[in-house]
Amino acid sequence: MDIHEYQAKKILSDFGVTIPRGGIVYSPENAENKAREIGGSKWVVKAQIHSGARGKAGGIIVCNTPLEVAQATDKLLGKKLVTNQTGPEGKIVNRIYIEEATDIERELYLGLVFDRSSESIMVVASTEGGMSVEEISKEKPETIIRSKIEVAVGMQSFQARELAFGLGIEPDLIRRASETIIGCYKAFSELDATMVEVNPLVISKQKQILALDCKMSFDNNAMFRRNQVSELRDKTQEDSKEVFASDRGLNYVSLDGNIGNIINGAGLAMASMDMIKLAGGSPANFLDVGGGATPEKIVKAFKLVTMDEKVKVILVNIFAGINRCDWVAEGIVEALKKIEVNVPLVIRLAGTNVEKGNQILKESKINYIEANTLEDAANKAVAALNK
Amino acid sequence: MTVLIDKNSKIIIQGFTGKMGTFHADEMIKYGSNVVGGVTPGKGGSKHLNLPVFNTVKDAVSETGADASILFVPPAFAADSAMEAADAGIKTCVAIVDGIPSHDMIRIKRYMRRYTKSSKMTLVGPNCAGIISPGKSMLGIMPGHIYKEGRIGIISRSGTLGYEAAQQLKNLNIGVSTSVGIGGDPINGSSFRDIIEKFETDDETDAILMIGEIGGPQEVAAGEFAKENMKKPIIAYIAGLTAPKGRVMGHAGAIVSAYGESAIEKVEILKECGITISKNPSVMGDTVKTVLEKM
Repeated sequence: MDIHEYQAKKILSDFGVTIPRGGIVYSPENAENKAREIGGSKWVVKAQIHSGARGKAGGIIVCNTPLEVAQATDKLLGKKLVTNQTGPEGKIVNRIYIEEATDIERELYLGLVFDRSSESIMVVASTEGGMSVEEISKEKPETIIRSKIEVAVGMQSFQARELAFGLGIEPDLIRRASETIIGCYKAFSELDATMVEVNPLVISKQKQILALDCKMSFDNNAMFRRNQVSELRDKTQEDSKEVFASDRGLNYVSLDGNIGNIINGAGLAMASMDMIKLAGGSPANFLDVGGGATPEKIVKAFKLVTMDEKVKVILVNIFAGINRCDWVAEGIVEALKKIEVNVPLVIRLAGTNVEKGNQILKESKINYIEANTLEDAANKAVAALNK
Repeated sequence: MTVLIDKNSKIIIQGFTGKMGTFHADEMIKYGSNVVGGVTPGKGGSKHLNLPVFNTVKDAVSETGADASILFVPPAFAADSAMEAADAGIKTCVAIVDGIPSHDMIRIKRYMRRYTKSSKMTLVGPNCAGIISPGKSMLGIMPGHIYKEGRIGIISRSGTLGYEAAQQLKNLNIGVSTSVGIGGDPINGSSFRDIIEKFETDDETDAILMIGEIGGPQEVAAGEFAKENMKKPIIAYIAGLTAPKGRVMGHAGAIVSAYGESAIEKVEILKECGITISKNPSVMGDTVKTVLEKM
């Protein structure tokens, strides 16, 4: 789960990291007042969307008067911002963060992620803040320093100090820099984050160390114990079909193609997408209804896939184990009574009681194309598309 | 494979009296697994499915001599249950549950570092289908009948894709020695490398089918290990050729975030390690057959 910049900064500030003064507004009317309340003589108006690279997309505007702040807010609110991370459809701006401008002396990079090889938390830092970490590793890999943190004991002061010295921070500021790094680590480990990225972390001309921008992602599996974090979810920033799916316990990812998929199990779903591609087609979605493939989930899956106007063929591929093909077949027949499907439907069942399952489908008089293997299913789906 | 489970393995169910625990315990018993009881804190002393229920894993182990366990406890309590099993002397533990926080998985693995290699429990999963040694024992939730007895070892992150492979092998009259589902989470109890190492020493296994997917370093780590240390042939399929970068594909661990984590990159690296690649998921069985014919 991702959160907005202003939410991430609030969290960092709770963990002792200094952030510029700022405030959130939802309408241009409040913007002017908010700017005065924040104070100073220069402000930055920042569109809040779940994406980086907002500056290049025109989502960040520097203003010299409260009136300009109001105008910039008016310009950005309700707009769809397209960045290199949002996809062509962009993301809607519903919230604006107004922040006092900072006199920047140096821009640094600080990121924390799970390292799956060492199964620890990895801190990555660089003197080249402001660039994406991908750009840094491509163009200035020699500036990157890493520190592996043993989760059981947490981050030690010396580890933070080493990073701070490694970034060439002047001696007077080392202590504050170490506190900042440890604050970020604590936010990560105490809130079940999967990623915390402060980019840039800046040293201001007034010798303050500030988190100027921040991105955070959290472990969905841990949200049951992180109410305060899960409340920060903003569904307007997510694909509406993906929200529909996650609210119903389905795993769904929107893709560009036109063959809709309903499959049980994530691995089998990816494998089926691969077969579609090899057969010359292109999947419209990834959809895992769960290993069990219960009739309720199948109804929901049909609802979801038929919502997508790109879909020209639907491919159902279920490998039934304990849940038996006959039971799955009954689920499909029930689903098709409730949901109208106007595109060709290819169904492949495999596993327990497959003959019985196929017989139920045949006798039900639903309009479908039967397939036997993964390859057969993909070929038939692509062929149905071309008819 | 006797290294993990065999006919004599004494199995307990953690979360025995719950709906999932009850259903799958019954399935395992029907398959012929030697289930000797279960654990549900607070229900010790009672009987369930005609088997004793214990309050703690320690009690279950001392009363029944159990050496294997399977977890059907909710995600929030799963880490605790896995550590309890490790502490009680269980040798092989399968965590079926999907949804354990990554921080908890790291905690389990750090906890288990206190044991020496010979006394350390093998944890398989979470978010997996479990282990089956066809004809001997099933410590999992798979449909047992799709596995024919034989001499191929299967390791898979995905449950249903592992079933697909077993079915393809059966259709070609090829059997399985042991199938291990290592699960779809980013941090798991046993990696591909851990399990192929066990298969290498297993007298009942001739060749290994490894079914991976996008995300994480484990397929590559297994390939590099195999290149230096394995004599038995490995056949691999990697799912997710068409998966977009940076998106989680169902499994929490199926996300491409670094070099070497996409399907194409994994396939290239595995080939360099001398592993035979099944070029698509429909020919996993055929590819195994071709390799066996050359042996």
